[in-house]
Amino acid sequence: MKIKLAILLGLIIVGLMLAPQATQAQKKMIQVKGSDTLVNLVQILAEEFMNKNPQTPIAVLGGGSGTGISGLINGTCHIADHSREWKQSEISQAWEKGVKPRFFVIGVDGLSIIVNGSNPIEKLTMDQVGAIYRGEIKNWKAVGGADAPISLYGRQSNSGTYVFLQEHVLKNKNYSPDMKEMNGNAQIIESVMQDQAGIGYVGVGYVVDKDTGKVRKGLKVLNISKDAQSEAFSPLEKANIDSGNYPVARALYQATNGKPSGGVADFIRFEVGPEGQKIVEREGFFTIGAAHQENNEKNFK
Amino acid sequence: MKKKIFQVLGFLILRVCLYIVLAILLLFLYDVIHKGAGAISWEFLTKAPRRGMTQGGIFPAIFGTFLVTLITALCAVPLGMFAAIYLNEYARQNRLTRLIRLSIRNLSGVPSIVYGLFGVILFVNMLKFGTSILSAGLTLGLLTLPWTITASEEALKTVPNSYREGALALGATKWQSIRTNVLPYAVPGMLTGTVLGLARAAGETAPILFTGAAFYLPMLPRSLKDQFMALPYHLYIMATQHHEITAVRPLAYGTALVLICLVLGMNMAAVIIRYRLRRKRRG
Amino acid sequence: MPLFESAQEDRGDAILPGPPHFIGRAETTGPKRMKKRASSRLKESAIHAFFFVNGILAVIVLIGIFGLLLTSAFPAFKEVPIGHFFTSTKWDPTSPVKAEFGILSMIASTLMVTLGALVMAIPIGLGVAAYLSDVAHWRVREIVKPVVEILAAIPSVVLGFLGIVLFGPVIARIFHQSNGLNAVNGSFLLAIMSLPTIISISEDSLNAVPRAHTEASLALGASRWQTLVRVKIPAALSGIIASFMLGMGRAIGETMTVLMATGNARSFPHGLLSSIRTMTANIAIELGEVPYFTTHYYALFAIGLVLFLMTFFVNLIADLILHKYQEREQ
Repeated sequence: MKIKLAILLGLIIVGLMLAPQATQAQKKMIQVKGSDTLVNLVQILAEEFMNKNPQTPIAVLGGGSGTGISGLINGTCHIADHSREWKQSEISQAWEKGVKPRFFVIGVDGLSIIVNGSNPIEKLTMDQVGAIYRGEIKNWKAVGGADAPISLYGRQSNSGTYVFLQEHVLKNKNYSPDMKEMNGNAQIIESVMQDQAGIGYVGVGYVVDKDTGKVRKGLKVLNISKDAQSEAFSPLEKANIDSGNYPVARALYQATNGKPSGGVADFIRFEVGPEGQKIVEREGFFTIGAAHQENNEKNFK
Repeated sequence: MKKKIFQVLGFLILRVCLYIVLAILLLFLYDVIHKGAGAISWEFLTKAPRRGMTQGGIFPAIFGTFLVTLITALCAVPLGMFAAIYLNEYARQNRLTRLIRLSIRNLSGVPSIVYGLFGVILFVNMLKFGTSILSAGLTLGLLTLPWTITASEEALKTVPNSYREGALALGATKWQSIRTNVLPYAVPGMLTGTVLGLARAAGETAPILFTGAAFYLPMLPRSLKDQFMALPYHLYIMATQHHEITAVRPLAYGTALVLICLVLGMNMAAVIIRYRLRRKRRG
Repeated sequence: MPLFESAQEDRGDAILPGPPHFIGRAETTGPKRMKKRASSRLKESAIHAFFFVNGILAVIVLIGIFGLLLTSAFPAFKEVPIGHFFTSTKWDPTSPVKAEFGILSMIASTLMVTLGALVMAIPIGLGVAAYLSDVAHWRVREIVKPVVEILAAIPSVVLGFLGIVLFGPVIARIFHQSNGLNAVNGSFLLAIMSLPTIISISEDSLNAVPRAHTEASLALGASRWQTLVRVKIPAALSGIIASFMLGMGRAIGETMTVLMATGNARSFPHGLLSSIRTMTANIAIELGEVPYFTTHYYALFAIGLVLFLMTFFVNLIADLILHKYQEREQ
C-alpha cells in the first residue's frame, strides 16, 4: 500500500514537471558560464541584480574560461565569462557556427603570484616566473630563497588564467608537467597556504580576506617587475594596475552572441555601471577604466 | 604449544585488521560530524544559498538530488525488476543467460565517469535532452540497473519453488503464478536492494558532472528539462572552486554531513526493511 | 551493497506461514475453453517476450556503451597515431607549441594508485574477512557487517573532500613533504573504497568452504588458525582472488576521489609521493571545456574507451575465476 502511494506520488511530481508551461520558466533564465576567476564576482553581481529585477533570473556556472567560450559557441549559454582573450581558432569556430561574439570588460584583475607566508622572497621578475612555471628553475635557492624544491600549483587547461599566464608569462611555451593542476582559484590558495615551498597564481580578488581587508594570513603576494632592471610592483594597488606598471594585469571579459538585448543587456549594463563597479571593487578586483567603458558602449550598439 | 601461540598471534593480527578498519571509519565520521554539525540548522536545510554561497542553505541541492534520484528510481526499478523476473523465472540455463549475467556483472564494474560519457553522447546530444534532470537521471538509472537486477533476482530466489508449482498445479498460467504467488513475497526484498542501489546513485558525482548538475541556480527546477543543483556536486565545488574557501569550509562539511546522512539513512531504511522481512518470515 | 551477497541465509527459512493463494477459476472443457486457452497463450507469449527484452537489456546497454565510445573515439586516431597515443608520456592538448595526446603517464598513474590501493586493502580486507568468518562471535558479525556496508556507502566525493582537508596534511607531515596531494593520498582513499568489496566477497567465499573440509582438518589435530590458513583460504582462493580483482576494478574506475586528492600533475609519476593524474580524473577535468568534435574531444572519448576496456577485462577475469570456482564446487 505504502509502495503504491510512493509510486503515485512520484508519478504526480514527474507529471507536474513535464507540464509544458513549466518549461518556459527556465527558458527565460539567462545562462552565464565560464571563468572561475569571474564566477564568484558574477554570482554576487547576479544576486544583487536579481534583488532589483526579480523577473530576470540568472544562472551562473563556472567551468573555466574555455568552458564558457565553448558554451557560447555551442549555444548553451547567453553570456560567457572569460579571463583571457579568445584564441583565433575559437573566433573562427564561432563565425563558422554563426556566432558573432561581442566583448565587454566588466573588471580588471591583477593576476597575483602567491607564495607561502613563510617564504622569504618578496619579488620576482616576469622572466623568473616564466622560468619557474616552465620547469626550468626547480629550486627556491636559484631565486634567492631557501634550498627547497619549488612546489608548483596552477590551474587546468580550461582556465583562462592558465592560458593567459601561458601566453604572457611563459611566452607560449609548455607548462612544467610537474605542476599540480588544481580545480580552481580557491584550491590553489588553500594549497599554497599549507605548502611552505608552494607557489601559485590566482586572481587578485581571491587573495584579500573580506573581513580584515588584508591579504589572507599564511599567504604572501609577490611584487612582480617587468625585468631585472625595473621596479617590482604589487598587484594590490589600483594605481599600479591603472598605470600599467604591474606587468600581469588583465581585463575580465564577458562575451555575448551578437548585440545583447533584453535581460542580458540590462544585466551587463548593471555590471559596468556604478553599482556593479562598486561590487567589483568590494570583491577585491579593480574597476574598469575609461577606455574599457568606451569600448563597452560601442558594443552595446 | 607452538600451535597455540601461532593461533593467538594469528587471530590477534586479524583482530587488528578489523580495528584498523573500524578506526578509519570512526575517524571519518567523527571529523565530518564534528566539523559539519555546527553548520546544520533549519535554515541550512530549507533555504537557498545567499551572498555567493557563503550564507543561507543548501535546500536546492537537496531538492535536486531528490528529483534526480526519483528519475533514477523510475528508470532502474521497473527495468531491474522485469529483467530479474526474466532471469529467474523464464530463462533457461544456456549460453545466452550466461551472457546476460556476465553483462550485468560487467556493467556494475564500468567506471562512473564512463557512464557520464555515455550519458553525454546518448541523452544530452543524440536524444537532445540537453543537460537536464532527465539526462542525469537516466544516466544514473543505467548505473543503478545492475544493482536493481541483482537485488531483485536475489529476492525472487528466496521464494520457494513450491509456491510456483502450487499455482501451476491448480491451472494457472506462468505469468499468473508469478503475479500472484511470487511477486507479493519478493517485492519487499526487491525494495531492499533497490534502495541500496539508489543510495549509491544519490551519492554519485561523476555521471552528473556533464549531464546536468549546476553550481548556482536562482530558482528550483520546474521541469525535467531543467538543470539542477545536487548535493555531491555542491560539495565538490565548495571544496575546490569556491571563492571564500575558509568561510565556506564549515558549509562544505555541513553539506558532506547532509549527504552522508541521506545515503546512510537510505541504507538504514533498506536494512530495516530486510530485518523486518526476515522477522516476518521467521515468526 | 555486496553485489554477490548469497541468498543462502534466507533459504533456511523456506517454510513460510500461510498457504499460497491462487485466484483463478477452473473451467470445464469445450470450445470456449480452447479459445480462452489460445488467447491466453498469446498473452503469455507476449509477456514472455516482454520480460525477455528486459532481460537482454543489460547486454544491449553494455554493447551500446562500447559501441558509442568506439564511434566517438575513433576520429581521434585519424589525427593521433594509435602507437603515439599509447606510448607517449606527454598529454598537452592545448599547448601553444604542439598539441600532445599521449596517455602513457595517465595509464601509469592509474596503475600506480590502484596497486597502492590494493597493497593496503588486500591484507587488511582479507584479514577482516577471515576474522568475520572464523573468529568473530555472531554478535560481532551482526555489528560489523552493517559497519562494512556503511563504509561502502560513503560517497566518493566525501572521501575526496576528506582527502583534501583531513588526510592531506597528515600525509604531508608523515612523509615530510610540503603537501599531501599525491599518489599515497589517492591510494589510501581508494583502498578504503575497495575494502568493502574485498571483505564481503572474500568472506562469502570463506563461508562457502564446505564444513567437511574444516571439520576434517580440525579432527586431524590442526588448530583453528592452521585450518584457516592451510585449508580454508586455499579452498576459497578463487573467490578471494576474484574479490581482489573486483576491488581492483573499483579502484581503476574511481573518479572523484583521485580528482580531488592527487594533485593532477600531468607528468609521468616520479614515485609514490609525486602528484599524479589518473585517466578518470583527466576526463572529468577536460570534458567540460572541450569544444565539441575537435581532436581533443575525440581523444577524451578514446581515454574513456581505454578505461572501459581495462575494467571490462578485469571484471571478465574475475568472472571467469568465480565461474570456474563455482563449477568446481559443484
